[in-house]
Amino acid sequence: MHRILAGKARIWIALLASLTLVLAACGGDGEGPAEDTTTAPTDESETTSDVGREPVTVGMITTLSGNAAYLGEDTQKGFELALEMAGAAEDINLLVDDDAQDPEQGQTVADRMIEREGAQIMTGIVFSNVAASVVPTIVERDMLYISSNAGPSVFAGEQCDENYFVASWQNDNPAEAVGQWVKDQGYETVVGAAPNYQAGLDSVNGFRRTFGELQNEFYTELGATDFAQTIAQIREESPDAVYFFYPGGMGIAFVQQYVEAGLAEEIPVFGPTFSFDETLVDAIGEPAVGLQNGSFWAPDLDNPTNVAFVEAYRETYGMTPTNYAAQGYDTARLILSALEAVDWNVEDTAALREAVRAADFESVRGDFSFAPNQHPIQDWYILEVVEGEEEGDFTNRILEKVLDDHVDAFVDECPLSDE
Amino acid sequence: MELFFEQTLNGLQAGFTLLMISSGLTLIFGMMGVLNLAHGSLFMIGAFVGADVLARTGSFEIALLAGVIGATIAGILMETVMIRWLYHRDHLDQVLATFGLVLMANQGVQMLWGSQPRTISRPGWLEGALPVLPGLQYPIYRIAIMVGGLLTMVILWLLIERTRVGMWIKAGQTHRELLGALGVNVTILFTGVFAIGAALAGFAGVVAAPYLTVESGMGDNFLILSFVVIVIGGIGSLKGAVAGSLVIGLVGAWGQTYLPRLLTNFTDPSAAAAIGSSVASASIYLVMAAVLIFRPEGLFGGARG
Repeated sequence: MHRILAGKARIWIALLASLTLVLAACGGDGEGPAEDTTTAPTDESETTSDVGREPVTVGMITTLSGNAAYLGEDTQKGFELALEMAGAAEDINLLVDDDAQDPEQGQTVADRMIEREGAQIMTGIVFSNVAASVVPTIVERDMLYISSNAGPSVFAGEQCDENYFVASWQNDNPAEAVGQWVKDQGYETVVGAAPNYQAGLDSVNGFRRTFGELQNEFYTELGATDFAQTIAQIREESPDAVYFFYPGGMGIAFVQQYVEAGLAEEIPVFGPTFSFDETLVDAIGEPAVGLQNGSFWAPDLDNPTNVAFVEAYRETYGMTPTNYAAQGYDTARLILSALEAVDWNVEDTAALREAVRAADFESVRGDFSFAPNQHPIQDWYILEVVEGEEEGDFTNRILEKVLDDHVDAFVDECPLSDE
Repeated sequence: MELFFEQTLNGLQAGFTLLMISSGLTLIFGMMGVLNLAHGSLFMIGAFVGADVLARTGSFEIALLAGVIGATIAGILMETVMIRWLYHRDHLDQVLATFGLVLMANQGVQMLWGSQPRTISRPGWLEGALPVLPGLQYPIYRIAIMVGGLLTMVILWLLIERTRVGMWIKAGQTHRELLGALGVNVTILFTGVFAIGAALAGFAGVVAAPYLTVESGMGDNFLILSFVVIVIGGIGSLKGAVAGSLVIGLVGAWGQTYLPRLLTNFTDPSAAAAIGSSVASASIYLVMAAVLIFRPEGLFGGARG
């Protein structure tokens, strides 16, 4: 008898424990970001809004879970900071939700935001595979999508759309900047290393576009972080330099193991900024110092807008902004400038489109304008990882500008260019 | 030749890491008949606890100990609260329930430690590289993983082959009722075996972490590979786990190197690199398929080792 009771009690404990965990997990996932977004503190006196104006609803689908969660979190932080600094936090009703890096989930969120929650402008997607699936369904509703990160090549060329704007960069651009730099530095033989998926292949292609042919290319399984085999092959090839594209956790592992294998002193590595954002270089630590990477922006880029942004970001969030935060910030400012221009009337999509195309805002990048395919025309820089002001803090500093007013390679294939 | 040698070392090292996870899984599967999908989560929990303790204490050794203890506690909890109730259920129930555990563990570590990737760095005395061949420096830490994996396996083998507990474990795989009738407390024995498996997974989690990113879901890929190991080696067989792990490690390492080269004979180098890499990733599953066709019980299945 005693035993049976004990057994039953244990079943209940198990059930309760699992229920608590499941509930907690659901809570952590969905609700948080979706709810607390419009509550950015605003001082009545700072607000520029006219009394009684209807707020415009902006839907932000982004990645807030998994190992790339900080990409979406930073985008959101930058976006909210821009609204707050412009005193527009009450004029924009910002909906935020997680796509979990999953195209299907992104689709569900987009439908819900547009059909049920009244989103009028969409933005935020981090990953190109999610964007490729979700963006077409947004723009065909005659609604604007303004990308704060992903810029897949398909939407820059033949499939460009008048309702689709990219406020960040076209995916190939960072690699093109690095390719130009490595060529200018006089390196002759280079091998490429990247994860074996579309963005990895695109990145190596972008590098090839400005640098020329590669000596060899190595592709690893997406997400794998043990690079011993790739490193052994790089040693065998012994090129002048290595180009690599390993975003997120893969980048930390690659650099650490490359240094450990004793190759760092012999063969320098180069990559796009996604392998060197402020979160990643802090995790890599000392071995990252001196590594050079290509970017459209850096925390020390010297223009008044950027200085104000970096300072406010550090004050608000207690850390140096990543490029994702800068992109979120610029996207919000672009949207605000367009809304101001049309006097906050979003009913007339054509007028709003024209206003966005004008790009009449102060970017943290300095010069910014749209090419005919509605992707940015902007400068590209080579950054170098340096030690920050505090112990154990690492950051990127501008070394040199490599590409001036750079336009992506697909602009001529876009039908909008003929108009 | 140098490249072949280095890749062989890499393959062995990958194999030993995998062995520490799959040996526990095969013991549990062989003895209790439970398909524990959450075994990869124990690996992850070990890594997270290790990373946390390393950040607090700065000592890799303490972090390793904490990771092992953390995973063991998690394993004992898992067994007593949930898995124990599944021994007499069919495999589908076990898969569904333990898959639920995987989801909870992945979310749970995010709730506890956040979504930022973490790292575990090697202890200072294992940094650097040793010249293993003229002109070839091989990282000391990778050698240490191989030595560590080998030692753990020797200890595990001694435990199973040379002690009374080991005798019970072997008996439990085939004659569970008889063992109970002879006065052995099978419930505690099962919890103990589960704890050993969890400890091994936790150990692997901390030891492998310097080459991985400590993040939610990091155990999932290793879990799949561990099942491949068990299928190749034979269910419940420790010898099989050793053979299966090393085969997978070596096939993976050699495949990544030589398949793209082979393919350059047929297509342009860029495509060959991409396709070769994909085929190499798939090659371990081809090995598994071949084993299933020609020796469905696995290399060491049937005759337990």
